[in-house]
Amino acid sequence: MGSVISVEHLRKTYGSFVAVDDISFEVEEGEIFGLLGPNGAGKTTSVEITQGLRVPDGGDIRVLGLDPRTQATQLRRLVGSQLQESALPGRLKVWEALDLFASLVPGGPEWREVMERWSLTEKASASFSSLSGGQRQRLLVALAVVNEPRVVFLDEMTTGLDPAARRATWQLIEAVRDGGATLVLVTHFMDEAEQLCDRLAIVDGGRVVAGGSPQSLIAEYGGDLQVNFSTDRPDVSFLEAIEWVDSVSRRGPHVVVVGRGPVLALVGAELVRNGIVPTDLRVQQATLEDVFLRLTGRGLGE
Amino acid sequence: MTSLLKMTWVETKLFLREPVTVLFTFALPLMVLYVLGGVFGNEGDTGGNGGFVVYGGYGPTNWYTPAYVGLAIAGVAMIGVPAHIAEYRERGVLRRLRASSVSRTGFLSAQLIVSFFIAAIGSVLLLAVAFPSTEVDTPVSAGLFLIAFVLGAVCFSAFGILVGTVLPTARAAQSAGLLLWFLFMFVSGAGPPPEVLPESLAAIGEYAPLTPVIKMLQEPWLSGEWAVGPSVAVLAIGVVSAGAAYFLFKWE
Ligand SMILES: Nc1ncnc2c1ncn2[C@@H]1O[C@H](COP(=O)(O)OP(=O)(O)O)[C@@H](O)[C@H]1O
Ligand SMILES: [Mg+2]
Repeated sequence: MGSVISVEHLRKTYGSFVAVDDISFEVEEGEIFGLLGPNGAGKTTSVEITQGLRVPDGGDIRVLGLDPRTQATQLRRLVGSQLQESALPGRLKVWEALDLFASLVPGGPEWREVMERWSLTEKASASFSSLSGGQRQRLLVALAVVNEPRVVFLDEMTTGLDPAARRATWQLIEAVRDGGATLVLVTHFMDEAEQLCDRLAIVDGGRVVAGGSPQSLIAEYGGDLQVNFSTDRPDVSFLEAIEWVDSVSRRGPHVVVVGRGPVLALVGAELVRNGIVPTDLRVQQATLEDVFLRLTGRGLGE
Repeated sequence: MTSLLKMTWVETKLFLREPVTVLFTFALPLMVLYVLGGVFGNEGDTGGNGGFVVYGGYGPTNWYTPAYVGLAIAGVAMIGVPAHIAEYRERGVLRRLRASSVSRTGFLSAQLIVSFFIAAIGSVLLLAVAFPSTEVDTPVSAGLFLIAFVLGAVCFSAFGILVGTVLPTARAAQSAGLLLWFLFMFVSGAGPPPEVLPESLAAIGEYAPLTPVIKMLQEPWLSGEWAVGPSVAVLAIGVVSAGAAYFLFKWE
C-alpha cells in the first residue's frame, strides 16, 4: 500500500489573494480520500493543481510518481476527472460523448461497454441538456473512468442534486472504488464525507485544519457523547460511578448521560446489571459538522 | 488522429444542430440571393446611367452569387464559431476536454476543419439552388474559384476562431458575430453595389476582412483571373489570426 498522491505545502495565490495557503495530504492506494471544507476553502484549486490543470506557486506534488507541473500530459492519461462547474455541450448525445471521450484514450476502450456498465444505454440518444442531474453525474462519472484511470478526482458530485439522486451518486462513487481506482472526493457536505471517505482532510481558509478517518476525527474533536434512555426507576445515580461518565441528568423519565469514549457500552452494561432494560437506549453521536464547528468556530454551511 | 477525426465529426453534428448557425450559413445567404437577384436581374450595366457603372459592368446575379458564398463562409465563421468557442469556455467544456488530454492544437484544428466543412456545405447548397433557379452564369474559371473558396474559408474561419478566443462570454461573442456579419454584408460586396456605398462605408469596406475574401471569390467567377492582391490579404488574415488565436487561447 504505497501512497498514490503526496501533496506537501501546496500554495496558490490569485494576484494578491491567497487561495491555498499551505495544504499537505497523502492519499493511499485504493482508498476514498476526501477534501472537506466550506466553499472558498481552496479544495478545487488544490485538486486541479494536483491534476496538472492549474499551476501552483509553491509546494511539492507527486501523483503516481509524476510531477503535475512538468508531466501533466502523461499524468492526465492516468487520472480521471469530474471537474466542478464543467459541463458538456447541451446538444451532445450520451453515446456521442462516450464515443468521443473513449477516442481520446490511446487504444480506447469499447464505449458501448462503458455505456452498458453505467446503465446509460437507455439514454444513449438523449442530449446532455435533457438529462436529469443524477443522469448527468452518471455520464460524467462514466466519462471520468473511460480511460480506466488509476486515480479519479470527483469535485462536488452531488451539489444541486435531490436526496434520491445524491444517494444514487454515492453508489456510483463506491462502484468506481470497487473497480480498483483510488478516489479523491471533494465535497462541502459532511454527511457525504462521513459516509464515503476512508480518510479525509478538513480544509478551511486554504489550510488543512485536521485529518484522519471520519471516526477518528469525531472521536478526537467531536466532543462528548450523549447517551439517552428513559426509565421509571427514580434513582440512576449509580451511573455516575462509571469511569467515562461526566454527568447524569434527568427530566421525568428521560435520562441524559454525558461522557466520552466507550461510555455507551459501559452505561448499557451497568443498566442491565441493575435490572433496567430500556428499549430506547441510544447514543447521540457527534458528526463531522460538530468536528468542523469545534475546529473553526463556524458551521460548514457558512 | 482518430480522436481528431472523431472530434471533428461530433463538432460538425453539433454545429448542424445549432439553429442560429444553420440560419446564417444556409438560409440567409439563399434568401438574400433571391431578393437581390430578383430586384437586379442579371443584365450587365453598360453605363447608360451617365457613364456610371455598377457591379463593374457584370450581371448583378453573377456578381452576387460568389459574394454570397463569401457570406456563407462569414455566417459560420462570424456567427457559428465565435459563440461556440466562447460558450465552451464559459460552460467549462474546454476545461473538461483539456482534462482528457485534448491539446490546444487539436481543439483549434478541429474547429477550423468543422468551420470549413460547414461553409462548404452552405456554399454547395447555395450554388445548387442558385444555378437552376436564377440566371447566374457558370464561373469563368471554376478551378480558380474552388481554390479561392478553400483559401477563403480556411483563412476566414481562422479569423472567426480568433474572435471566439478573445471574447470573454458566449453572449458577447454572439452579439459581436452578428454585428460583424451584417456590417460585412453591407460593406464587403454582398450588399448594395460597392460603387454606390457612401464614402464612410466604402472606407470601412476597404478594411473589412471579408472584402478580400469576396473579391478573391468574384474574380475567378467573373473574369477567370486570380485576384492576387486580395488573396495575399486573405492569407495574411488567416496566418495572423491562427497565430494570435493559438497564443491567446485560454481554456478557462
Ligand atoms: N481563477 C481564479 N481567480 C481568482 N480567484 C479564484 C480563482 N479560482 C478560485 N478563486 C478563489 O480562490 C478561493 C478558493 O477557491 P476554490 O479552490 O474554488 O475553493 P473551493 O473549491 O474550496 O470552494 C475562492 O475564494 C475563490 O473565489
Ligand atoms: Mg470547489
